[in-house]
Amino acid sequence: MSSHVISTPTTRTTGEPGERILRYTLGERVNHWFAAFTYSYCLITGLAFWSPYMYWLAAIVGGGPTARFWHPWLGLAFTASMFWMYQMWDRDMRITEADRRWAAAMKSYIENDDQNLPPEGRFNYGQKLFFWLMFYGIILLLISGIGLWFVEGIPWSLRWLRYLSVTVHVVAAMATIGGFIIHVYMGTAMVRGGFTSIIRGEVSTAWAKTHHRLWYEEVSKRQTPPGQAGTRR
Amino acid sequence: MAQATLQIVKISGHAGPVAGAGVERSEQLCKLIDTTTCIGCKACEVACLEWNGYTFTETSFDNSYQTMPSTAWNYWNLIKFNEHEREDGTLQLLMRKDQCMHCSDPGCLMACPADGAIVQYSNGIVDFQQQNCIGCGYCVSGCPFDIPKFNSETKKMFKCTLCSDRVGQGLEPACIKSCPTGCLHFGTKEDMSFLAESRAKQLRDHFGFEKAGVYDPAGVGGTGVIYVLHDVTNPEAYGGLPKDPHIPWVVRFWKGPAKWIGNLAMLFGVIGVTLHYFRYGPKEIHPPRNGNGGKP
Ligand code: SF4
Ligand code: SF4
Repeated sequence: MSSHVISTPTTRTTGEPGERILRYTLGERVNHWFAAFTYSYCLITGLAFWSPYMYWLAAIVGGGPTARFWHPWLGLAFTASMFWMYQMWDRDMRITEADRRWAAAMKSYIENDDQNLPPEGRFNYGQKLFFWLMFYGIILLLISGIGLWFVEGIPWSLRWLRYLSVTVHVVAAMATIGGFIIHVYMGTAMVRGGFTSIIRGEVSTAWAKTHHRLWYEEVSKRQTPPGQAGTRR
Repeated sequence: MAQATLQIVKISGHAGPVAGAGVERSEQLCKLIDTTTCIGCKACEVACLEWNGYTFTETSFDNSYQTMPSTAWNYWNLIKFNEHEREDGTLQLLMRKDQCMHCSDPGCLMACPADGAIVQYSNGIVDFQQQNCIGCGYCVSGCPFDIPKFNSETKKMFKCTLCSDRVGQGLEPACIKSCPTGCLHFGTKEDMSFLAESRAKQLRDHFGFEKAGVYDPAGVGGTGVIYVLHDVTNPEAYGGLPKDPHIPWVVRFWKGPAKWIGNLAMLFGVIGVTLHYFRYGPKEIHPPRNGNGGKP
């Protein structure tokens, strides 16, 4: 049973087909889905406030006033989840030499010509870009969101701050939505196995070798529980 | 809120056209405030509270006759007092009745995302419909006069209605009714503009106020509340009446081109990833071409 594998990660890394290794710990998966839920809520309600043509979205989350009430609170929860993620993945997300080589060959990745790609670590360059986009995005959304939340608290003489808050919130939200579309597409349709890995935590060794070979080599070399080695925990 | 008797011509956060807008011609209504004959008695403040059913709230003293620093969610009408030193060194006590200006081009309505939370009637009155308000505060950013005020308990926004409920029944607003000096007038925009211009001319010709004039700012398409000022070149002296008010350009951009740029970008994003799937499909898992995982 795979659930058994998850609770006690194996150290078998011989590369036999069908063998599975732990890619995301339970904490990482909970964090990811907490972030996904809170972001999606803010996305749905935010789009409702964004355009009259999408205002109906507010109805599916309880109506306009309810959507408006929860949007900032779930925004704070999403912020918290991003800092939690940062605390877990900060080191894994730093851009490395391998990333620069990979980035230079990104076209091959986009065209699914993966055999021409330099090997990547636990996260590839695209995943890292997405992480930093969301991390800095939420910092901007938080600061500007506080301005929108307490708009009357900004005195009339400093009203340019009201206008700046609107601008920053819109631009940062749009940037994160762009990343989010690509992330959901890649996590579900394009990179098969990715979606199940963020739910149950495991990937096959073949998957690990194909997509994150340096990470795979690292965890198999250490002969320690792969998931834990991958997360330094 | 007298939507039953007043024809709506603009609706906030509304997708598509406004049914019935432009089908009938309607007089634009206007309140004229002659600051030169206002004595600051605050009868209008009391009349406003009384008609709209608010009790008198605590005042805050700030070395001035003013009741409180600014209007509040339950205090829509406030006389602003300002001591103004003239060029010749003499002092002038300026009193201006502050409330919603009922802009022809209302920034509050443009900014509002909630369908029907702010409407404009064919007579020019801009009215908040609290049952549709979601309490987001966007109107606060949209208004060039800092008028909408938030009730944090009910999470609804409030401001002067120009007594749309009274006007809908053929009555004048409560403040007009209460004014003892007759400095407040109510009627059609045309009549009020004529009255205001005549009064300004009188002030220029016979009272030595050479800069007297009418405040009816064009930046917001003119307003449903106009002032006669002793010095129309310096409206800021009257409790910060903006010289050239207009809807902030950020709000215009946000509610205009940004919508379409953003929506198209999101649409192309979704179409783009879909086309990518059609063209390239999912990634295959395969052994690397050579031992070190591809190119060196
Ligand atoms: S707070 Fe203002 S902008 Fe927001 S829904 Fe209410 S009236 Fe509209
Ligand atoms: S003064 Fe402000 S609240 Fe009144 S109509 Fe104009 S923009 Fe709206």
